[in-house]
Amino acid sequence: MSHSAIAEDKTTHAPRGWTSLVRDWSSDQRAFKDVPWGKAMMWIFLLSDTFIFSCFLLSYMTVRMSTLAQWPNPSEVFALHIGGRDVPLILIAIMTFVLISSSGTMALAVKYGYQRNRRVTATLMLLTAALGATFVGMQAFEWTKLITEGVRPWGNPWGAPQFGSTFFMITGFHGTHVTIGVIFLIIIARKVLRGDFDVERKGFFTSRKGRYEIVETTGLYWHFVDLVWVFIFAFFYLW
Amino acid sequence: MAHVEVQHAQGQQAHGQQAHSQQHPIGIYLWIWGLLFVLSTCSYFVDYFHLQGMLRYSLILLFMILKAGLIVAVFMHMAWERLALIYAILVPPVLILVFVALMTLESDYTFLTREEFFGIGR
Repeated sequence: MSHSAIAEDKTTHAPRGWTSLVRDWSSDQRAFKDVPWGKAMMWIFLLSDTFIFSCFLLSYMTVRMSTLAQWPNPSEVFALHIGGRDVPLILIAIMTFVLISSSGTMALAVKYGYQRNRRVTATLMLLTAALGATFVGMQAFEWTKLITEGVRPWGNPWGAPQFGSTFFMITGFHGTHVTIGVIFLIIIARKVLRGDFDVERKGFFTSRKGRYEIVETTGLYWHFVDLVWVFIFAFFYLW
Repeated sequence: MAHVEVQHAQGQQAHGQQAHSQQHPIGIYLWIWGLLFVLSTCSYFVDYFHLQGMLRYSLILLFMILKAGLIVAVFMHMAWERLALIYAILVPPVLILVFVALMTLESDYTFLTREEFFGIGR
């Protein structure tokens, strides 16, 4: 077989492009070369989660397109009264910035994790968790506000009754994901601080050797939560 | 022969361990972080300045896609992964667009039916 015909990476001599794709997928044992199993599994889980959130957003699209009643204007529904006037959607905007900031701190935590800088990694992860908790807190405030204003899964004062059910379902499911992420982050940050990944201490649940890759895997989950919010923000709050 | 294979496997493993630890300069994360802030501000302004019609929808979609792309490519390191993983994860969600098309047809039909039966006198 002539090697020169295949596009190669100049530094590693590994095939690139379609050749690498076909080779990886037709090879023995594992398709995802150079990817730790935990990371590959997390990606596959996130893919399945993508379909779940897509189903929620699609059902929202379907009820919104098929209802005869006026859809409540999210710009007004989610406005806050600040300084004597209504600022549209301000709470949601702040929540967006909080979540993006948490994604930034998480990305840095992954970087410092691979540098085996325990203190900085754990601090950044705990900061990420704190921002996530802030997000959930603001969401609780938002839910409380809407519920006191009379929004229910079967109706609301402003228009199409489906608004409440889709709102509670979509944001509730996302908030649950954020909450689970916060718990996950705190557990992993504690392990980082304790030095579990430097001595490859076995996990209490999986009995597998602890490695710093788990920080990246946790990060993938956390960035995904931020990613889902990008779509919810665009389709539910802005549309 | 067996000896060579073992050596080869070890070599691959060592190479693997180096390749999958994602090490990138801090600047790129800070840049993307900043860009995400700017894009979020832009999408908030779409609502704040009450843009309407196709301009509103296209801007919402544009900022959404840019933000999602930056998060997946840089924060989730997809840009540095092997094609085998990239295609396995990023191609299946494209099928959701088929679902979107199906449900658009379905909800248009529901809307017309509802208008026909409940919309009398509107």
